Amino acid sequence: MPSGRAAERSKLIQVVCIKQVADTETRVKIAPDGKSLDPVGVTWILNPYDEFAIEQALRVKEQAGGEVIAVSLGPAGVQTALRGVLALGADRAIHVRHDGPALDSLAVARALAEAVKPLAPGLVWFGKQAVDDDAAQVGPMLATLLSMPCVTVVAAFALEGGKATLEREIEGGREVIEVVLPAVLTTDKGLNEPRYASLKGIMAAKKKPIEERPAASGEAALEVVSLSLPPARGAGRIVGEGPAAVPELVRLLREEARVI
Amino acid sequence: MSVLVFIEQREGRVRPVTREVLGEATRIAAALGGPVVGVAAAAGDADLAALAEAGAERVLLAQHPRFATYDGEGYAAAVEAAVRVCSPQAVLFAASAMGKDLAPRVAARLGVGQASDCTHVQAGGGALIATRPVYAGKAIQRVRFPKSPALLTLRPKVFAATPKPGARAAVEPLAVDLSGPARERVLRVAAAAGGKVDLTESEIIVSGGRGLKGPENFRLVEELAKSLGATVGASRAVVDAGWRPHHDQVGQTGKTVSPKLYVAVGISGAIQHLAGMSSSRCIVAINKDPEAPIFKVADYGIVGDLFEIVPALTAEVEKLNAHA
Repeated sequence: MPSGRAAERSKLIQVVCIKQVADTETRVKIAPDGKSLDPVGVTWILNPYDEFAIEQALRVKEQAGGEVIAVSLGPAGVQTALRGVLALGADRAIHVRHDGPALDSLAVARALAEAVKPLAPGLVWFGKQAVDDDAAQVGPMLATLLSMPCVTVVAAFALEGGKATLEREIEGGREVIEVVLPAVLTTDKGLNEPRYASLKGIMAAKKKPIEERPAASGEAALEVVSLSLPPARGAGRIVGEGPAAVPELVRLLREEARVI
Repeated sequence: MSVLVFIEQREGRVRPVTREVLGEATRIAAALGGPVVGVAAAAGDADLAALAEAGAERVLLAQHPRFATYDGEGYAAAVEAAVRVCSPQAVLFAASAMGKDLAPRVAARLGVGQASDCTHVQAGGGALIATRPVYAGKAIQRVRFPKSPALLTLRPKVFAATPKPGARAAVEPLAVDLSGPARERVLRVAAAAGGKVDLTESEIIVSGGRGLKGPENFRLVEELAKSLGATVGASRAVVDAGWRPHHDQVGQTGKTVSPKLYVAVGISGAIQHLAGMSSSRCIVAINKDPEAPIFKVADYGIVGDLFEIVPALTAEVEKLNAHA
């Protein structure tokens, strides 16, 4: 890893790891295997938390120069998401190709680490979690595999020299953390206001390179037994209309539900 | 086989959610036939013997000047060292800000799988199966662990503590080899205004939506929350409109919550909001539209003008508080 003056002279490489997920408006249907989401009719979007990662990487590039490389693991379809990130301003992309059943988080982290390591990035960005499996694991796992420090759920960011100062939400407050680069950061909503792609950006993205490489297959660390729909909540009841219903509501909450 | 529990501390105090994790660890350990062991990281002496009251028979304590505040890389090294010492079948963490940050690092160090934000753990026949909501609760996934130990983070407010009054645990030093200064350093911790409890750890939540018509009217929600001892939440629509900060948002791009009482005020119930709160024990909806989807998940609903209903509800709860 470059350090000191050499680091100042060398350009800052930033990697943004993104994931394509089912739209948050999706009504989940279970696939015939009983273990996965039925993809029929699903609209695929960029994981919402990844938008903040991309935006912050682009802002850092505007400030410090260098290169932004988008990386994503998945089937052919993820190139749509990568092309979208190129339209926003990333310089190039790497598609870690994986077809077939979803890999567990450690397998994904290993495959991404293999693609990311030779890039020698100063910053690696992730969204704080993907809104499909809600695991929130791949960022800190990749950091650990590459022996990089990591700060998760970043809500404020400032870069100065070879260090970044960040804020993250914790229960009942915020932690202010200083991290030494190179580092892995995962982003929370509220970090910034993500930009939209311009027409010029969309046109330029068509000419930017997407390098495809196969995902290294490893052994599974976690195995899905089943995926099912949650038990439906029993239909509730309308206690009444307007403020006149309030005393009865309070009585039910006390005596029937016993929650107050 | 033992069950190892990460003892989460802030400012030298064990966080309450750790007692929930120890409670579930006690149940899992009983099924597997082994002890519950705690692992803690601290800068100095920490009073952990009392953790036996929460279920730990033994606590391994790693001491290092770096451990005064959270140190992800250092804490991960400590948990890994504890795994080497007691060879547990499972390692449990709270699915808290700290636990969610720490567990994946330990998993990567050990080369094992992790189940995040579990709501149920089945232990039997020597194997574990973890149940966890995915798609923010729109589906339920069950996973098993081909490698040992199994790592799990447990969702707060789901598992019960099992107090054993008067029990004392043996606290043993744990050696951790840390070279050099921390690369991630907590400079300071800023407390939230009014000592606000995090939504994920709240017993009661009162959330407001677009029906409130403007940020200034959140006063009504805040007053009702105050009377109930509740935390204020919000829908995505009002967070996106800038009425409330993002950490108040309940739903698929916000927080998934399971309080004992969830009161939805002026929230119609978009699918991504319902996903984040429908595992609440009791749901109350107040909305002017009787066709609003929120009424399909609510146990109790009142149809009408929230600007009349909410102050009346606050007054009624305050009347109750005065009599208590």
